[in-house]
Amino acid sequence: MQADAIFFWIFAVLLIGSALTVIVARNPVHSVLFLILAFVNAAGLFLLMGAEFLGMMLVVVYVGAVAVLFLFVVMLLDVDFAELKQGFVKYLPIGGLIALCVAAELGYAAIKWVASPTASLPASPAGTISNTHALGLVLYTKYFFFFQAAGFVLLTAMIGAIVLTLRHKEGVKRQNIADQVARTPATAVELRKVASRAGL
Amino acid sequence: MDIGLTHFLVLSAILFTIGVAGIILNHKNIIIILMSVELILLSVNINLVAFSTNTGDLTGQVFALFILTVAAAEAAIGLAILVAFYRNRGSIAVEDINALKG
Repeated sequence: MQADAIFFWIFAVLLIGSALTVIVARNPVHSVLFLILAFVNAAGLFLLMGAEFLGMMLVVVYVGAVAVLFLFVVMLLDVDFAELKQGFVKYLPIGGLIALCVAAELGYAAIKWVASPTASLPASPAGTISNTHALGLVLYTKYFFFFQAAGFVLLTAMIGAIVLTLRHKEGVKRQNIADQVARTPATAVELRKVASRAGL
Repeated sequence: MDIGLTHFLVLSAILFTIGVAGIILNHKNIIIILMSVELILLSVNINLVAFSTNTGDLTGQVFALFILTVAAAEAAIGLAILVAFYRNRGSIAVEDINALKG
């Protein structure tokens, strides 16, 4: 057995096991932690497939940002998660049945598929440049507008998340820029004639 | 046994199934539902990258990158909506989210 086969089975078994734990764990904090484990194992699989950039991206974006965001929300909300877990056993037969159907269909498609004889598969590029280099060569030229659109999606998401969660508290002193800019020397400075040895 | 494209396809099919089952089984807990959606998107990414490296066409990896972007945006917006909803109703149970019901 070659090394890549051994690593594939390690990553695959850990990925499936941690994904199962995500959906059956009683404590949602455990779910998030196993989600992180699943993402790390998927990154390992991406490395095995030769997609190094996406593998590292998965660790940075999913583990570093998304999973930690989940962890924050789970820990911030004071919710009785045991109550939300009710109905798990009740829905196990129907859920298992649907899962079995989906798995059978997808597995059949994954094993039995054949490429269309008219499909023209591009020849593999020469392996002289790294995966990141090759990805950059197409991302900034052929897919440039899609790249920009992805940036807009992120911008929209950022603004939306801020607008949804920002709260203005009453009674907090806040800078009023319009008032500051509207101030003129005539309204801000008062000149008084001060009598000698009298003060104001 | 050599590791080929089929192994990765079957793996991503299993992962997709786990995500779908997670949505059905945890239909009351919206946080677990969001995590299941992340699992489903991850399985789609595995599928795309497997085909991309198998055919030597980088388009699949570029598309996986965009899916990653959209998944990050979706998680941020979803969790922001969740926090806003919890502030207003004090609950995140899915059956309580029925304010628009006639």
